[in-house]
Amino acid sequence: MAYDKFNILTSSAVPLPIENVDTDQIIPARFLKATERKGFGDNLFRDWRYNSDGTPKEQFVLNNPIYSGKILVGGKNFGSGSSREHAAWAVYDYGFRCVVSSFFADIFRGNCLNIGVLPVQVSPEFLDKIFKAIEADPKTELEINLPEQKITILATGESESFDINDYKKQNMLNGFDDIDYLLNIQKDIEKYAESTPL
Amino acid sequence: MSKTLFDKVWDSHVVKHIENGPDVLFIDRHLVHEVTSPVAFLGLKNRGIKVLYPERTFATADHNTPTRNQHLPVKDPLSANQLKALEENANAHNIPYWGLGHKKNGIVHVIGPENGITVPGATIVCGDSHTSTHGAFGAIAFGIGTSEVEMVLSTQCIMQPKPKSLRINVNGELSEAVTPKDVALFIISKLSTSGATGYFAEYAGDVFKNMSMEGRMTVCNLSIEMGARGGMIAPDETTFEYIKGREYTPKGKDWDAAMEYWSTLYSDDDAEFDKEVTFDASEIEPMITFGTNPGMGIGISKDIPLAETIDGSPATYKKSLEYMDYSEGEAMVGKPIDFVFLGSCTNGRIEDFRAFASIIKGRKKADNVTAWLVPGSHKVEEAIKEEGILDILTDAGFELREPGCSACLAMNDDKIPAGKYAVSTSNRNFEGRQGPGARTLLASPLVAAAAAVTGKVTDPRELMHEEVLA
Repeated sequence: MAYDKFNILTSSAVPLPIENVDTDQIIPARFLKATERKGFGDNLFRDWRYNSDGTPKEQFVLNNPIYSGKILVGGKNFGSGSSREHAAWAVYDYGFRCVVSSFFADIFRGNCLNIGVLPVQVSPEFLDKIFKAIEADPKTELEINLPEQKITILATGESESFDINDYKKQNMLNGFDDIDYLLNIQKDIEKYAESTPL
Repeated sequence: MSKTLFDKVWDSHVVKHIENGPDVLFIDRHLVHEVTSPVAFLGLKNRGIKVLYPERTFATADHNTPTRNQHLPVKDPLSANQLKALEENANAHNIPYWGLGHKKNGIVHVIGPENGITVPGATIVCGDSHTSTHGAFGAIAFGIGTSEVEMVLSTQCIMQPKPKSLRINVNGELSEAVTPKDVALFIISKLSTSGATGYFAEYAGDVFKNMSMEGRMTVCNLSIEMGARGGMIAPDETTFEYIKGREYTPKGKDWDAAMEYWSTLYSDDDAEFDKEVTFDASEIEPMITFGTNPGMGIGISKDIPLAETIDGSPATYKKSLEYMDYSEGEAMVGKPIDFVFLGSCTNGRIEDFRAFASIIKGRKKADNVTAWLVPGSHKVEEAIKEEGILDILTDAGFELREPGCSACLAMNDDKIPAGKYAVSTSNRNFEGRQGPGARTLLASPLVAAAAAVTGKVTDPRELMHEEVLA
């Protein structure tokens, strides 16, 4: 489905300096039973965020009111594990539009791009700078400039460029999705299929 | 130009290449289950389109299904609703549906190969990361997200950049009690859970050449756990022998034509890989994990590594041990356990039950252990009965459940309680994976069996050398 256009995002960020954050943490399997894409944000990081009786775990970053914003900053190898797009939906539904990490798991990265959440991969050193900047001032803002493929810590002016392929960049800028593209080349696909036995 | 096995299969499926963008990749076969498909079908409905090639699409119910009393209505209303949605969607789009109670029902990655849906040289996807299993047959198979499920349902294609190539060689002979699961856990422990991210792996060398198809499936299944999109093994006589005569494999002249293509599926001698690693089989011993990702595995006779000796953040490592309530430097052997789970798309096939039974035979389940033995499919269940394995299990005090994903991801009632330890033959030991607060030790069916009869982490080689009064 089509999604929000992404151009330049300026926002404070929520820090999660843990490595190997897997999709079972982002959204546990028991919350994958919906038949519509609704309400996944409530269960984002469910077991880190809530006790088993449903009360919030105060020390978890999403329950700490000093942190807020549309950018989630995670440790290395963010989103490893399952292919569940529900993990990306939960991130989006909670209100994040961008995830920053020094390394992303493949499927999670692809899922984010397919629903309009921008994964921004930075160097380990720059990630460290971001964590430090947020530690110094939880309201510090990051600027994610998609057209220029640049991320900036506004307080210090430090910036780094990030990669995204041109096709996906255009999709994100315009809110297009892959199915629109594929439906437009259906004739080519059907021609290919004819030459390919089952 | 010389090509890798992966190149040959990928390149021949590219419908269109987008400059500085992804390839449009044609998908031969699409497997669908109840959890990751409903939103995709909803997308088709909203666009007013039908599944383009229902004959290339197969649906089964496995992720949230109960493993007891499958003949009764599913009690959990949310699971029941998801199952109903899949059945309705399959019917509306003329997709074969092997739901609960169907004789071909089972875990999606077990029934694909069993029924000959999985063939060499094919592109196979499913909204499940362990789709990499099918790479055992020389197919390119990988997990996709729900947006991509929708793409494949509507256009039979996905759009992805071609991954880099990685060859993993394991040469020499495996030692006693070292199973394909141990080989995979060993590789992941060396490469880490992100070591192969961005790559598609090919497994090569003596160990994989000599491995059964079921073993190859276990290894390829776990490719995703080192971050690889998938893993594949060049098809050979073992492969062709396995698939011949299965329901969906080509027959007669079509078989001959297919064999002609399949016999070209290997990496050329001078093919270049972006990365290559080689291990010696004799280095591998039965493995067990001690932490909260599949890369945190060690030989069963070893001690839990010290934080200062590991790559990665010490804080993350310590958080992981804290969750497990383990300490650095402790031995794994002798640690008490509460549950044993034999099953999943990783180790829920007949060879896994044979291995488990080989240790159980003539022994009794330990009183402190709750064991959930879950076949990967009804066909596996049938074989367990036919081969007399059920009798061995029953005599030893075990119960066999009905097929499904079960405690691997605990979407149904099969949840390990908080704080309890489970030796599991599944694929992920993430926090809460097997139930909120559950602690998972990943291992082979032999290690799981040894734990089931002793009630603690036990080296299976000890039991194999012990005389048992049958």
